[in-house]
Amino acid sequence: MSKNPFPLSKDDLLIAYRMMKTIREFEERLHVDFGRGEIPGFVHLYAGEEASAVGIMMHLNDQDQIASNHRGHGHCIAKGVDVKEMMAEIYGKVSGSCRGKGGSMHIADLSKGMMGANGILGAGSPLACGAGLAAQKLGHNGIGMSFTGDGASNQGTFLESLNLAAVWNLPVIFVVENNGYAESTSVDWAVAVDSYVDRAAGFGLPGVTVDGTEFFAVYEAAGELIKRAREGGGPSLLECKMIRFFGHFEGDAQTYKAEGENEYNRKHHDCLKIFRAHVTKAGVLSDEELDAIDTQVLALIDAAVEEAISAPLPTADDLTTDVYVSY
Amino acid sequence: MTTEILMPALSPTMTEGNLVKWHKAEGDNIASGDVVCEIETDKATMEVEAVDEGVLGKIMVPEGTEGVLVNAVIAILLEDGEDVSAISTAISAAPAQAPVPAAAATPQAPQAPPAVPAAQALQVEAAPAVAPEPEYSGPMVNMTVREALCSAMSEEMRKDKDVFLMGEEVAQYQGAYKISQGMLDEFGAERVVDTPITEHGFAGLAVGAAYSGLKPIVEFMTFNFAMQAMDHIINSASKTLYMSGGQMSSPIVFRGANGAAARVAAQHSQCYASWYAHCPGLKVVSPWSAGDAKGLLKAAIRDPNPVIFLENEILYGQSFDVPDDPEFVLPIGKAKIERSGASVTITAFSIMVGVALEAADILAGEGIEAEVINLRSLRPLDTETIVNSVKKTNRIVTVEEGWPTCGIGSEIAAVIMEQAFDHLDAPLSRVCGVDVPMPYAANLEALALPKVHDIVAAAKAVCYA
Repeated sequence: MSKNPFPLSKDDLLIAYRMMKTIREFEERLHVDFGRGEIPGFVHLYAGEEASAVGIMMHLNDQDQIASNHRGHGHCIAKGVDVKEMMAEIYGKVSGSCRGKGGSMHIADLSKGMMGANGILGAGSPLACGAGLAAQKLGHNGIGMSFTGDGASNQGTFLESLNLAAVWNLPVIFVVENNGYAESTSVDWAVAVDSYVDRAAGFGLPGVTVDGTEFFAVYEAAGELIKRAREGGGPSLLECKMIRFFGHFEGDAQTYKAEGENEYNRKHHDCLKIFRAHVTKAGVLSDEELDAIDTQVLALIDAAVEEAISAPLPTADDLTTDVYVSY
Repeated sequence: MTTEILMPALSPTMTEGNLVKWHKAEGDNIASGDVVCEIETDKATMEVEAVDEGVLGKIMVPEGTEGVLVNAVIAILLEDGEDVSAISTAISAAPAQAPVPAAAATPQAPQAPPAVPAAQALQVEAAPAVAPEPEYSGPMVNMTVREALCSAMSEEMRKDKDVFLMGEEVAQYQGAYKISQGMLDEFGAERVVDTPITEHGFAGLAVGAAYSGLKPIVEFMTFNFAMQAMDHIINSASKTLYMSGGQMSSPIVFRGANGAAARVAAQHSQCYASWYAHCPGLKVVSPWSAGDAKGLLKAAIRDPNPVIFLENEILYGQSFDVPDDPEFVLPIGKAKIERSGASVTITAFSIMVGVALEAADILAGEGIEAEVINLRSLRPLDTETIVNSVKKTNRIVTVEEGWPTCGIGSEIAAVIMEQAFDHLDAPLSRVCGVDVPMPYAANLEALALPKVHDIVAAAKAVCYA
């Protein structure tokens, strides 16, 4: 084995790969099952963007709170939410993360610092600021992290949050996951600046843009910004330029993409393939080790689906619980 | 009841000004919108218009006085027919240099808790099991609604270090309506937090803080501006407990002035009670008296759910007797019978309780004994107290400043249909704000809001009198 040139130990590299692969297979499976009519409603898949969630979340602990968005499965898995509970939630079962009451767009696990996926674009940003404020006031070292796409980063609430975080010097990082399309609308048309870093500068915040398909680029940039926030240096913005392999939602015909765009990106810009190439070329991890993880992950996803299908539905009594803590 | 006329602020940074000239003399009749005096700062001059109608009872600050603090009582307004003796030496919330006499308290109806029969199954939803208002026979203290709100927040913040106040102008400026007077000095900038003008942003931030272990009190300068924050109030605060399967709660209070102010037109004068009361996950409270304000705000802060706390700007300067006890807390979900009567039930909340009580006085003179119910809480709505009253009176008039369509009165009408249909001797009657955006002109504004005579007429109509 050659010397490890990466900023993570071999064990951590294995963990990171397993997380990315878990997200990928979770989403690939949902794509298939949605097509079969097994999954209801709106499902927004994260496949292709795994290096962003995992590269960032490798730095976080359960005390750090993240506010996710409609495309939240990757954030959930990377933050440690139980995959089987997530699958059961998407199937609308009582064993789900939210007892079947939230679904894909509202998966939350506060014990893991996951404040929830969110069906309202841009809504997570101030929530993350609130987590940052609470960390400050409660005197713990946690941070808040907001995940928005390129589209939601045009929302007033996102811009208000940048200002609030700057004014109060909150330990918050705004991650803009720029996959180039706000639903079907091109970022080139919908955003008035060339880079979200320019937008951060407008609020006096440092910002960094990274290639979001490169796990190590995300990991290193996020690490510096997170360290800065934990040390009282305040908020910042991280733009990850990335690629979404599927449509905005399942069922999206993706007519706004060029012919062959998805296939080209899967061949040349797959963050999992790029990661694998780096670590095997450096001789730190072997294909056999990674293939073994692939097999385990597929088994986990199969088991998650089987358990979700056989899990009981919520009962009629569950309809009226959890509206109030007390009434 | 007397009303204090306060030194207004011409700008957010103004702390004091000069009272240049009185345009009215003691004993003069004053109509809403009349220019009563002229004030100036080094930057501007402004004519002060009367908010309420009445008789100028006493000028507290003579013309030519310089350095009058914002919110100091500059005059006392009497209601028509009220004697000058109604003005007695009392306390004032205003930061005046000298002790300033203020309005005397209106005598309150005896605190007779309504009879509470065993919970009954309702057709639509189960009646909440709410404990009745605690009996209180201790000493009372006279204070304004403004002071009551401040003391409620301060007492709860002394008790619980996780409670903090945030909003526009709450700290350095001591509150746009001076509700948080003195709180920055006592609690410091860590717990009395000025926000930028960014309602959507800071409402969401407060909800995130509530998820994360704090108990924010969010002041909206007025609830008109909370429209900007509606997404987080509804989609985040009210729904997350449910969406998360019971994991994540939002112990948070959104409070501020609601309802019609005076002469500020449509975007600054609107009652949002029915908007919020519509939504599961929220509790909605709207106090009238200073006792309501204190007891209910303390309950709201202690409540583990998101609570919408609808105050009224015009009530802020009115004084009432309040139990002198830091443990005086009123139950959310319990109405109060302010005046007992057997002829007709009148429901009201916030400023309309006072108007309904005035109407009840007039009705009594005509032999009609109205039972006036101060709803206090709009969600949960104390349907039990309303229905029991209607079973006794067989007639009901609902009163609110808000618009009629899908209003609180509409909801009460539905409850009465479902639970007291056979007890009615006349159709329910609603007294509401007129179904238009609030006009600016004084005469139109007065026409748009429910008045005493509207309630009297409605009560007589349902009594076929």
